[in-house]
Amino acid sequence: MAEVLVLVDSADGTVKRATVELLTVARSLGEPSAVVIGVPGTAAALKDQLAEYGAAKVYVAESDDLVGYSVAPKAEALAQIAGDASPALILVASTPENKEIAARTALKIGSGVLTDAVALDANATATQPIFGGAISVQSNVSKGAPVITVRPNSFAPEPASAAAEEVTVLVSVSDAAKGATIIDTVVEEKASRPQLSDASVVVSGGRGIGNAANFAVIEKLADSLGAAVGASRAVVDAGWVPHTMQVGQTGVTVSPQLYIAVGISGAIQHRAGMQTSKTIIAINNDPEAPIFEIADFGVVCDLFQVAPQLTEEIGKRKS
Amino acid sequence: MNIVVLVKQVPDTAGDRKLNPADNTVDRAAVDPVINYIDEFALEEGLQLKEAHGGEVTVLTVGPESATESIRRALSMGADQGLHVSDEALHGSDAIATAKVIAGALGTIEWDVVIAGSEATDSRSAIVPALVAEVLGVPQLTLARKVTVDGSSVTIERVTDSGYQTVSASTPAVISVVEKINEPRYPSFKGIMAAKRKPIDVKSLADLNVEVGAVGLANAWTRVASFEAAPARGAGQTVKDEGDGGVKIAEYLASKKLI
Repeated sequence: MAEVLVLVDSADGTVKRATVELLTVARSLGEPSAVVIGVPGTAAALKDQLAEYGAAKVYVAESDDLVGYSVAPKAEALAQIAGDASPALILVASTPENKEIAARTALKIGSGVLTDAVALDANATATQPIFGGAISVQSNVSKGAPVITVRPNSFAPEPASAAAEEVTVLVSVSDAAKGATIIDTVVEEKASRPQLSDASVVVSGGRGIGNAANFAVIEKLADSLGAAVGASRAVVDAGWVPHTMQVGQTGVTVSPQLYIAVGISGAIQHRAGMQTSKTIIAINNDPEAPIFEIADFGVVCDLFQVAPQLTEEIGKRKS
Repeated sequence: MNIVVLVKQVPDTAGDRKLNPADNTVDRAAVDPVINYIDEFALEEGLQLKEAHGGEVTVLTVGPESATESIRRALSMGADQGLHVSDEALHGSDAIATAKVIAGALGTIEWDVVIAGSEATDSRSAIVPALVAEVLGVPQLTLARKVTVDGSSVTIERVTDSGYQTVSASTPAVISVVEKINEPRYPSFKGIMAAKRKPIDVKSLADLNVEVGAVGLANAWTRVASFEAAPARGAGQTVKDEGDGGVKIAEYLASKKLI
């Protein structure tokens, strides 16, 4: 059966949702093999979760060299595994770093690469939204085993047990791949909420919030939904929140199940980053705000009345 | 230091961007072309490095004839010369081919660092800088929100989901920058006038040591098979708050089984 490689993303011993989505879709396209690339010991913590979502095999490439240098070693490892396994397809979750790994791997193995797919058919034809979501294209890779990066929240994860048979891969990282040394990794936010890039619910605040202290309104609404918190560019530029929270053309692009835009006018640059969300709710005091054009449900109102009221209602329905 | 800044001319985001149904490529005539937004930040970074460390800034563009306009704009901001790769054979090239062409062009000049924007607003693939590093076999220092140069050592702060990584490499290296990195300067009138006299070297594929078989639509490793206007989002409802706006939203979410 055709082997499909799925690059595994994980944090703190937990497989990320985006990976689990890819294992699910990989099952419909062939036999999934998870690929774990990390420091020694990474795969051990993940094996059960990978088995739970259908990984028939788990390729394990572990060494300090693989994570001590930026991007290039991971591409070497993935290309080496692909060279040995000759898979029919390689799937990677779309994150800024993963896209770079995917592209470099594709070039190494002589394959075409497609980025930011939101759907895949049985022939690995990818659907990609372009131009801020205005146009949808169907693309194919015409050379080699397709390497495709897939947007998180594009597929529903479904468990299915499999063997997750471990295959240890010895990767010797070339000198050329050790050119960019990672000196340190600095965390600037506490990860107490879901990651913006792959959260299934996002609550974002815009200029209508007024000031940094008022952003608490957004955070409370987000917490009532277990959502990630995002922001428009105006809010980031004003310094109320860090840049990592910016949703838009020059920030993060999200495609969650639910996006709630609070006090956000909906300028093109912002829409480009969230337009393909499945359900969009808009809360804004300006009836002319462009955000209402793409909202499934919108309320023209004072956000300081409606957002807390919504938070309270959600709380009531939970109990 | 010899600094090369990659610049791409793209359709204006604010315009009604289209694909050309004749060959499913970006219709570059449908909307006014502009310099890719993040490239101005790449250029500003190049100019600041030149001001701090001496040297020259060369703007490199791969694109049709009209791309000259974007080079002139970069020259008016302070770049010293332009290198424009223009060849009909390049039409419809994919990211991998584009990276090979950029690498070929770099092979014709002296350079220490290449600085690119992290992504172009038309494709948004964000993979060309990494691919150029791969083709050249040099380090990639991408997604930089800060760049520091010390002799032949370049250190960046690479943005991550939760903060940043400090990454360091020796030149020659490929750098890409994100918007957070700086504030691009506006060209002065003097700069605009001076730009008209700065040289732009135009090269075709034959000058670059890149094979015709590696580029262009027919040789691309990916293909757009078809496209359509995205289904319009079903008309939504907008209501005016009458003291129960929050309740109404909750009811809507419940009806969609979202809460």
